Amino acid sequence: MIYLQLFLTYIKIGLFGFGGGYAMLSFIQDEIVAKHQWISVNDFTDIVAVSQMTPGPIGINTATYVGYTVTGSVWGSVVATTAICIPSLVLVLVISYFYEKFRNNKTIASIFSGIRTVVVGLIAAAAISLITPETFIDYYSWIFFIVSFVLVRVFKLNPILLIIIAGGAGWLLYG
Amino acid sequence: MNIYLDVFLTFSKIGAFTLGGGYAMLPLIEREVVDNKHWLQKEEFLDVIAVAQSLPGVMAVNTSIFIGYRLKGVLGSIVSLLATVLPSFVIILLIAMYFTHFKDNAVVAAIFKGIRPAVVALIAVPVFTTAKSAGITWKTVVIPIIAAILIGFLGVSPIWIVLAAGLGGFLYGKFTGNTKQTEK
Repeated sequence: MIYLQLFLTYIKIGLFGFGGGYAMLSFIQDEIVAKHQWISVNDFTDIVAVSQMTPGPIGINTATYVGYTVTGSVWGSVVATTAICIPSLVLVLVISYFYEKFRNNKTIASIFSGIRTVVVGLIAAAAISLITPETFIDYYSWIFFIVSFVLVRVFKLNPILLIIIAGGAGWLLYG
Repeated sequence: MNIYLDVFLTFSKIGAFTLGGGYAMLPLIEREVVDNKHWLQKEEFLDVIAVAQSLPGVMAVNTSIFIGYRLKGVLGSIVSLLATVLPSFVIILLIAMYFTHFKDNAVVAAIFKGIRPAVVALIAVPVFTTAKSAGITWKTVVIPIIAAILIGFLGVSPIWIVLAAGLGGFLYGKFTGNTKQTEK
């Protein structure tokens, strides 16, 4: 039952996806690409590119896209997108209720500080797992990667502009 | 104006006009919620962000649920959640429905061959900026490196890594009696 699987998988991603946007990608990649193989690594990378150029959070964007691709139906998108939000809704409501206690609780603070130390690792893992023979097809790919990295890190190039430039260069080179 | 309608319009505006995901949404949420609508004090807003960031899930969604709840309880939180999600849901759904049809087009394929390594670079850049803001030092840097190797190269589920890190933080706090507070 694909809808149930989709629902449970996105509940899981919503519940364990710590660290926001890019860190969350490692959870999504692990479940959607590696485990369930619902989409290819190329498709996944393409969705991230599309997410950069469209409004809204990356977690929502990928849920909507994957939900449709896997089921071929709008309901797949509804199920996946709803599922990724449910843990947030429940957690935030519970925490809002116990807000003062939650904020001043030492145990919770130490658990979160532990998780914070691995968030960087989660982001790095997301990048590493997207370097595959499908996404990096030849040595030009590595040139694209290094130039892009420098443009964004050193010259603070806007991500949307970067994607447009890389796409244009790809067209010239491979088209 | 009806407060629910106001909440809905405000958050759908935020959802519809922020490119670049969660962190890019925060300044816009602040401008609308704190400066324009005066729904929250600046201090309160920063508090909400701090908690929303530490929780799992989509950060912009967490933030909007928090604010919706502060304003109008459970119903308010559902309205703000729907409003934040709806614009990107509609846009991505349209792309999913039609993009797949011209993906096999030679030009589109060539364009995406160039884009994919650039996307990986986009994800790699915040590794370094986040390391700084998360308070990673030369002593603790080994923890995220091990986590990245386990997930990225050995295929360990990130869920185990998060559980282990939470447990590690808990034990560290219990035995040293001090909790590293990176924010505040």
